[in-house]
Amino acid sequence: MKFGIGAGVIIGTLACLAWVGTQESKTYYHTIAELPGLTGTAAHQRMRVGGDVQAGSIKHYSGRIDFVLVEDTKTLPVSYVGTDPLPDTFKDGAQCLIEGKIEPDGRFVAEQVQAKCASKYEPAPPSGTPTPNTKS
Amino acid sequence: MDLFGSYALLLAFFCAVYAIGGGIAAILTRRPLLIKSARNAGFAVCVLIWLAMGSLMTLFFTDRFDMAYVAAHSNRTLSPIFKFTAVWAGQEGSLLFWSFLLSIYVFSVLFAYRGKHPELMPYVGVVMAGVQIFFLTMNNFVASPFQVLGAANSSGVLHLAAMADGRGLNPLLQYPEMAVHPPTLYSGYTGFTIPFAFALGALLARYPGEKWIHLTRRWTMIAWCFQSAGILMGAHWAYAVLGWGGYWAWDPVENASLMPWLTGTAFLHSVMMQEKRGMMRVWNVWLVFSTFFLCILGTSLTRSGVVSSVHAFAESAIGHWFWSFLGIAILICLIAYWKNRDYLRSDNQLDSMVSRESSFLFNNLILLVACVAVLSGTLFPVLSEAVRGTKISVGPPFFNRVNIPIAMFLLFLTGVGPLLAWRKTSMESLRRNFGWPLLGGVIAAAIAFALGLRDFYVTLCLLLGVFVTLTILSEFYRGARVISARTGANLVSSVSQLTMRNTRRYGGYIVHFGMVLVFIGISGTAFNQDKQMEMSPGSVMAIGPYTLHFQNFDSTQEPNFTAERITIEVLKGNRSVMMLYPERRLYASSEESGTMVAISSTLKEDLYVVYAGRNPNGAPVIHAYLNPLVKNIWLGGVIVVLGTLLALVPNRQAVLAFRPAEVGVHLHGAPQPAHVPILPGPARSSEGHD
Repeated sequence: MKFGIGAGVIIGTLACLAWVGTQESKTYYHTIAELPGLTGTAAHQRMRVGGDVQAGSIKHYSGRIDFVLVEDTKTLPVSYVGTDPLPDTFKDGAQCLIEGKIEPDGRFVAEQVQAKCASKYEPAPPSGTPTPNTKS
Repeated sequence: MDLFGSYALLLAFFCAVYAIGGGIAAILTRRPLLIKSARNAGFAVCVLIWLAMGSLMTLFFTDRFDMAYVAAHSNRTLSPIFKFTAVWAGQEGSLLFWSFLLSIYVFSVLFAYRGKHPELMPYVGVVMAGVQIFFLTMNNFVASPFQVLGAANSSGVLHLAAMADGRGLNPLLQYPEMAVHPPTLYSGYTGFTIPFAFALGALLARYPGEKWIHLTRRWTMIAWCFQSAGILMGAHWAYAVLGWGGYWAWDPVENASLMPWLTGTAFLHSVMMQEKRGMMRVWNVWLVFSTFFLCILGTSLTRSGVVSSVHAFAESAIGHWFWSFLGIAILICLIAYWKNRDYLRSDNQLDSMVSRESSFLFNNLILLVACVAVLSGTLFPVLSEAVRGTKISVGPPFFNRVNIPIAMFLLFLTGVGPLLAWRKTSMESLRRNFGWPLLGGVIAAAIAFALGLRDFYVTLCLLLGVFVTLTILSEFYRGARVISARTGANLVSSVSQLTMRNTRRYGGYIVHFGMVLVFIGISGTAFNQDKQMEMSPGSVMAIGPYTLHFQNFDSTQEPNFTAERITIEVLKGNRSVMMLYPERRLYASSEESGTMVAISSTLKEDLYVVYAGRNPNGAPVIHAYLNPLVKNIWLGGVIVVLGTLLALVPNRQAVLAFRPAEVGVHLHGAPQPAHVPILPGPARSSEGHD
């Protein structure tokens, strides 16, 4: 019984902390295609968007790096303003995830950029059939 | 070689099917010959998997670029050590590697207990073969590493087509630690299969008493040791290679490795309740089950693309296989539990809040809450999409807010728990055991406060760290004093005698001390500083007490990559203290680049310098970090591993207990000499490690 009360207090406290932590750091996932349709608070929330870096779009300026993210046919101009150096895997054509907010002019200001890296497990080709040799 | 490997895998699959079928038949008929036959099939599965692994290695070392997997992860100029590590660099190879490590465990278990425990082992064999069948299904039919490359000619007919050279290994994996980290972590993941097999087997067999716990204790510790070391090596790799100045990002893949560690840690503690007091049987069985499920979940999270991660994995159909396996395993466990739940009734009740039992209960509760928090945070996007239809992720603030207080509470229990008596602890003994250590902790915290430390959690961590360390020291001192009084030996040799007489207990204390260092190291994060600037020869950057003096910049051609290196002289005050060489490498085969961080590490702080890249005008950008106390984490990790290894060593000589309540502790870790007084209870067990 006493243990139950102790456990309840602990779990309750941690649940509160978890709730606060969630409010602080929650980020919404959107696709590039969804962005123009967002209205009200949804358009100003912290969000995470994925896509490929358009070839030749990476431009370095002092204090920021601009590039364009593509998903299917939709594009999104992005300014990276974070302080961390961009990952080595960030380059033309890389798949990446950006995190930040949309400015009123439609430009995405990213504080974080993750690019696909390390142990990139590729999807297995259907077994039994030889893989077409596409890469030289 | 490729045909040999794939046939070996296929044959292993059929042997595993036989091991299950024969095993079930053996359980039903109890015929010794069938038991033996099923066991031999289990041996065959393992040997065949080893052969397949050997043939995959051979394919890598003979540059067989007609093989899809080899071509994707190796090339001719890759150095031999990385050809070796490339074997597990991708999906197919790493799954085979899983099977391989599991087969080493399975083989050892089958071998160690051959002819013993005839009531239990057939069940264990069936469960292990069941897990192996799943992975062999993946190896054979879903993600075979032995696929050949093909190309279509002009008329559309496929023919074999070898590549002239492979695409090379991901540069981030071309780091010596990568030869050790994945095998270590995988040994942890796979190792938890053994306690799982014993727990489920014992439940199905309604095997009497706590014997399965004694049988699996060492296996669990081995798996736990690998898991701990694997997690810390992963953190160290992220720190030393990725060049972002940190070692833990609450990334889904990191979380995936932490979760089974948390439940595994809970299990290592709560089994003591079952051994000594016959309590928490249901809880322990489910802890082992959950640990195994979390291992499978972790393995699949890294591969299925369910949650996006820094380790970003391609979406792949492989996830469905893992979910199905997980579903079936959970269902089997539920049914086994439901049918045999009467067998798991507790012998005892909790007597007092201030007792060893309650400290274990809180320890378990808190570890489990941490695990649930990490799990829900990791799966938040999936959960929120299912519940509310929007995909929401949570970041490090969520994990830190929940887990930092948990870590503090755990640290507190680490100091308190081992010194509380079973059943009930008197106020008098509380004062005697904790008075001085607590005072020491408070004094340390007060000194730090006076010196300007204001961060609440760091101060608390310091207070508790000192407290725990002092309780551990006092335990060693008190035990050694008794021995020294009895034998006349000096204190140092008494400490070593004491430790060797009860390796489990004192090894455990050493592990606790290692964890204190890890926590202290992590608390240093509160004072991290960093600075980034564009530099050219002659320019300087000041960070903390250091001045970085940019000297020159050169570029050299290596066989596999081009290296751009910067020479930086580090000054402290006006004195030159060292040279650092941060570097960037451009790999020709993959057109990828890699960062070689220059780290100067002391126990007090790390100076961590990254060549972050070049600005568009060509000027190199240097990012410097000053991270206090980080080295304590790695040092703590080494101590944790050493402590665990010590706890695995059999006791040199069993002794009569110092405290009557502790009787059981001294008896585990057979083999025991024949003259040892025989004490009652299930604690007198043979581990089967003879």
